[in-house]
Amino acid sequence: MKIIVLLKRVPDTEAKILINQEGTGIREDGVKFVINPHDEYGIEEGLKLREKLADGSKVTVVCAGPEEATEAIRTALAMGADDAVHVCDPKLADPNPFTVSEVLAKAIQAEGFDVIFCGKQAIDDDLAQVQSILAEKLDIPQVNNATAFEMAADCRSAKLSRRIEGGDEKIETSMPAIISCDKGLNEPRYASLPGIMKAKKKEIRKKSLADLGIAEVPGTGRSRVLKWLPLPKGGECRIVAAEETVDAVRELARLLREEAKVI
Amino acid sequence: MGNDVLVFGEIRGGELKKVVRELISAAATATGGTGGATDAVLIGAGAASLAGKIKGFGLRKIFTVEDELLANYSTEGYAAVLASLIAENKYRYVFMGATAMGRDLGPRVAARVDGVMFSDCVEVRMEGGSLVVRRPVYSGKLFVELSPEGDRTVFVSVRPNNIAPAAESGGSTEISPRPSGVTRDMIRAMATEIVPLAGGRPDVTEADVIVSGGRAMKEGANFRMLEELADLFGGAVGASRAAVDAGFAAQPIQVGQTGKVVNPKLYIACGISGAIQHLAGMRTSKVIVAINKDPNAPIFEKAHYGIVGDLFEVVPLLTKEIKTMMQ
Repeated sequence: MKIIVLLKRVPDTEAKILINQEGTGIREDGVKFVINPHDEYGIEEGLKLREKLADGSKVTVVCAGPEEATEAIRTALAMGADDAVHVCDPKLADPNPFTVSEVLAKAIQAEGFDVIFCGKQAIDDDLAQVQSILAEKLDIPQVNNATAFEMAADCRSAKLSRRIEGGDEKIETSMPAIISCDKGLNEPRYASLPGIMKAKKKEIRKKSLADLGIAEVPGTGRSRVLKWLPLPKGGECRIVAAEETVDAVRELARLLREEAKVI
Repeated sequence: MGNDVLVFGEIRGGELKKVVRELISAAATATGGTGGATDAVLIGAGAASLAGKIKGFGLRKIFTVEDELLANYSTEGYAAVLASLIAENKYRYVFMGATAMGRDLGPRVAARVDGVMFSDCVEVRMEGGSLVVRRPVYSGKLFVELSPEGDRTVFVSVRPNNIAPAAESGGSTEISPRPSGVTRDMIRAMATEIVPLAGGRPDVTEADVIVSGGRAMKEGANFRMLEELADLFGGAVGASRAAVDAGFAAQPIQVGQTGKVVNPKLYIACGISGAIQHLAGMRTSKVIVAINKDPNAPIFEKAHYGIVGDLFEVVPLLTKEIKTMMQ
């Protein structure tokens, strides 16, 4: 099988995110970038599937992102992916989901695919759109927020669970399909030292838009950002204190009822 | 393209989602003064009978689509229904809840009709005849405001509990049953059943009150104490990543950047220090209460009310106090 795993480079979850001076985006200086944490579940699921099949199946990372995304791609290769396609083009600065999906569709079609794994959303724009738009462009089914995945023996269908409000939805899908992965699906492995050494020799095929046969940046002109806004400043925290805890608690309950009006 | 709106009337568990009335309210904002009308579509079992629940809310038409093939949710089946309605009626806007279903369905249909989608919006308004949406990015560490461009259908998923729900306003609404036009071969991925969360507690993304526990809970069994407090409000129990990673709580109730983003009226954080990735998931809660032994815990910077103390002492007292208050 040809297993595709998608990857995006995003700021670390622990990073403090500030608006840049021009007000056009975020300040990137001092921000650590990592593999989108949800994409790690996709990479792990791809690797697990390859190990289970043990038939020479390959896991190929596909990433559309800036030059700097190479580091995240190497990490995925160190986790165990076989090779990678990195679509890297100056025309792709700050692309929208329609642009990315079209570009990824072209790159994936050029590679061939039997199944595609990715994260449920990227933790930067939090749009959670690319996988579903990509599924439409590739004309394949999608399963979002997967927490369980079981490929049928003939690899023509799969059973999944996906997380919804208040429970899990059981899904059956034909293959090929795109599966977006949620926490709980697996425990992503760490890159081992030998893995890191091996990753240095693995192939990353760099592609420009022209290499993919794309002349004009697709999908543009759909929206414009009016402004970036910081969070409203939280009020001062009112610390309720008293000699006896019970009195502090009583005062807190009173405030919640009379001032905050939530009881 | 006019200014008409289609509201996706999501049905789950035989009920219309609470967010649907919030969407009708957002639709009224988008059509206000433009002469646009709002329709709704209800798909799946019970659609015809549930339509009555939003009749007279200023809607022009409610399409109801019932079909054996649509009894369970499928992206492709539901997408086919929406896409055909959009093709026929040339909707300018499609509003849906930022729910598991809305977030799955919206971008698929947006791609099919070559539209654009704004996910997870917390505010919708009109400015100079143009729609403006506000949505959180970087898991709520910032917000961004956007407007659509071009002559295309704009999909907006609205995060529940942010927009005041529409009230009944009278007026006539035509209820229009509609054949699905869906065939079995269109549906390649299909839901077969829904397995409810263990314990049958309310979901953190839907509850008005959440009582959350962190690493300081010490062990899973102690979450029972949080459940007792949450039960007074019919609320949900949440957990920090630290508590989930330590095995005290199950992943579906994790609140934070890699868990659920929540927006309740009241969030009570018990023994949660307030790591940035946790704050990202709950900072838009209307009222935040922090209970923590450490007066320097970052959670106090985001909380509205706090008690510096041992949660094992404070939480049972608070439960008792509120119980008395409610009687």
